[in-house]
Amino acid sequence: MCQCSQQKSDLSLLAPVLEKYAAVPGSLITILQKAQDIYGYLPTDVLYAVAEATGDSPAKVLGVATFYTQFRLQPVGKYLIMQCQGTACHVNGSERISKAITEELGIRDGETTADGLFTLKDVACLGCCSLSPVMMINGETYGTLTPEKTVKILRSLKEQAGKEAQG
Amino acid sequence: MRRIVIGEGSCGIAAGAAKVQSALEPLLKEAGIPVGITGCIGMCYLEPIVDIYEDKTLVRRLVRVSEADAPAIAAALAGEDLSALDALTIQPDDEAFLKKQTRIALRNCGIVDPTDVIDYEARGGYEGLKKVLSGMSQEEVIDVIKVSGLAGRGGAGFPTWFKWDAARKSQSKNGSKYLICNADEGDPGAFMDRAVIESDPHNLIEGMMIGAYAIGATEAVVYVRAEYPLAIVRLENAIEQARAAGYLGRNICGSDFSCDMRIKAGAGAFVCGEETALIESLEGHRGMPRLKPPFPAQAGYWQEPSNINNVETYANVPWILTHGGETYAQMGTETSKGTKVFALTGKVVRGGLVEVPMGMTLRDVIFGIGGGIRDGRKCKAVQMGGPSGGCIPYEMFDTVIDYKALAATGAIMGSGGMVVMDETTCMVGMAKFFLDFTTKESCGKCVHCRIGTKRLYEILTRITEGNGREGDIELLEELCVAVKDGALCGLGQTAPNPVLTTLRYFRDEYVAHIEKKKCPSLECAALLRYEIHADKCIGCTMCARNCPAKAIDGTVKKPHVIRQADCIRCGQCLASCRFGAITVE
Ligand SMILES: Cc1cc2nc3c(=O)[nH]c(=O)nc-3n(C[C@H](O)[C@H](O)[C@H](O)COP(=O)(O)O)c2cc1C
Ligand code: FES
Repeated sequence: MCQCSQQKSDLSLLAPVLEKYAAVPGSLITILQKAQDIYGYLPTDVLYAVAEATGDSPAKVLGVATFYTQFRLQPVGKYLIMQCQGTACHVNGSERISKAITEELGIRDGETTADGLFTLKDVACLGCCSLSPVMMINGETYGTLTPEKTVKILRSLKEQAGKEAQG
Repeated sequence: MRRIVIGEGSCGIAAGAAKVQSALEPLLKEAGIPVGITGCIGMCYLEPIVDIYEDKTLVRRLVRVSEADAPAIAAALAGEDLSALDALTIQPDDEAFLKKQTRIALRNCGIVDPTDVIDYEARGGYEGLKKVLSGMSQEEVIDVIKVSGLAGRGGAGFPTWFKWDAARKSQSKNGSKYLICNADEGDPGAFMDRAVIESDPHNLIEGMMIGAYAIGATEAVVYVRAEYPLAIVRLENAIEQARAAGYLGRNICGSDFSCDMRIKAGAGAFVCGEETALIESLEGHRGMPRLKPPFPAQAGYWQEPSNINNVETYANVPWILTHGGETYAQMGTETSKGTKVFALTGKVVRGGLVEVPMGMTLRDVIFGIGGGIRDGRKCKAVQMGGPSGGCIPYEMFDTVIDYKALAATGAIMGSGGMVVMDETTCMVGMAKFFLDFTTKESCGKCVHCRIGTKRLYEILTRITEGNGREGDIELLEELCVAVKDGALCGLGQTAPNPVLTTLRYFRDEYVAHIEKKKCPSLECAALLRYEIHADKCIGCTMCARNCPAKAIDGTVKKPHVIRQADCIRCGQCLASCRFGAITVE
């Protein structure tokens, strides 16, 4: 069933952004970026609100939101794993790292674990090629990865999340 | 006075530079030794780097520093004798990495504090802009650039003066003209532009303002890749400082030239590096390329005259204006002038940012500066130009860095990605890797690119999985030509290059995959066969216990056997065998 009618995002959070940018030509991408900063992703009702404020059709807004890889239409997990698939990382074995993550967490590119803890996203070059293979989790970069090191990092994050949940 | 400076570009921070800084700061505060930061020094493989200065002189460079080293560093710095730091100090071999370079675009990188305009001014910053605004005409500025021979560093190598002149002459409809900087840096495996912005943002601002004056721009925009948060923060800060210091905004440097600057963050799309797609994206649309002509110089951003250049192109401009076009043109070859920055990565010993004069050979860059291949392996090829470029085999490393010479190999100069590969990299796999990238990044506007790259990718996939058919090579070649000829923009037109160059130089690898079902580089898992040699196996059971597929049979002290049908070719057994009893081919 279509969920859009049920979704209720707090649109008041978006109001200042729309006030500032809605009337400025060419600001659609900027508005969507700010909206994603607020909600963590782009809920459908937010997309409609943006369309109404800017005068663009909902189709155009969704078209832009799906064109660019930065935009997400689904919420992400607590930890967003950005795994580099750039050339340097490829040459230095990023495929083995992907495999290790998938084996450990059971998710592939674009998926989120059932417990909502991890989302895996492939990206191209994080600009740390000399440390390749590289992944970035919530802004922190982990370099010169091996499958073993990767699993260790993921397990320690799981543990940390478990502790936080308890205490 | 003694002070220390820590290299804090993104890569330095990723390697732990910020942690080193927080460990050092409290310790050095007591001793009254200031701690400053700089951008990317370029020796990424030695990060984190801590430089010790006496006034303006670098007296010692400490490399691969960790937080744990902080107390020892602080103790040594408190006294006169620094020899306790010898073990952390850079080796002469590594110093040669920098000494063999000629730095113009990167001249301040790793030296100035990127967060401080005064530091930039102290190194001659904004002198070029002041010179231009104190009486040079637009034509005179463009003439200096023409004499310098500066060509676009974003990939295509188009003469910069020509674009500037076209934009200058072009009539605006409503009085607006735009100067745009392409900092989308899409090549996955390249980070030159990021380093320039993070390490020396004022140099970019100065170069852009000189260009803005030359074409008569009313606004300047920097389109920065979304994945570069630190670059955006540093550039924002620099723009504010430049505005406050009168280098941006109304009546720049007291002249009657006015132009302001803003940043536009990209949202993640490789095709937006293409200039017309970039303009579409700036206007808030899906980043799909426009048909050319009209060129941006005639009808670009909001259909007004616009000039787009790459970050590195602008980064050369201030130096050219202060040193003269002739001085710049003295470096390089007949057809390519000046210097070029490369991001040297892959299997090379010393990876990092390298700026060299045009005309240097690939060998000098990869072996002379980069120190050759890691782990004593054999060099196979270098990939230049990313998804639009190609692989140049080791046998051709005497090729010089020059737009024409590199294009003759089938690769391109590109924006500066230089990924070195050794014998363990499968070239069919490499072609597949790039086609995977382009199929995902194709915007879908034209059929040849959207479908053609997909079909190329499928054929390459079946070859690497052992299902290659007779005639696949010919089919690839035919399809490559069709995509090249039929695609609308540079993305599709160049997408077949990785396939064409690997077919040209590594055809035998394709043949081995298709006919013998073997991967000579032992990279394509589907084509590997692991075997236990009964004469060497002592039956320690290590492999059987490590096999995730439970595909190894055998009892203690008896030779083991792999059931090939169940083997998933993960290589765990090979890695776990301590008796050399397992081989792969
Ligand atoms: C698919 C594609 C991607 C491109 N990506 C970039 C890029 O990331 N950075 C860049 O400066 N130029 C890129 N270009 C080249 C630009 O279209 C344009 O030629 C360049 O920005 C002009 O600046 P220059 O003359 O200073 O090189 C790309 C071109 C194509 C076709
Ligand atoms: S290729 Fe992975 S960080 Fe550059």
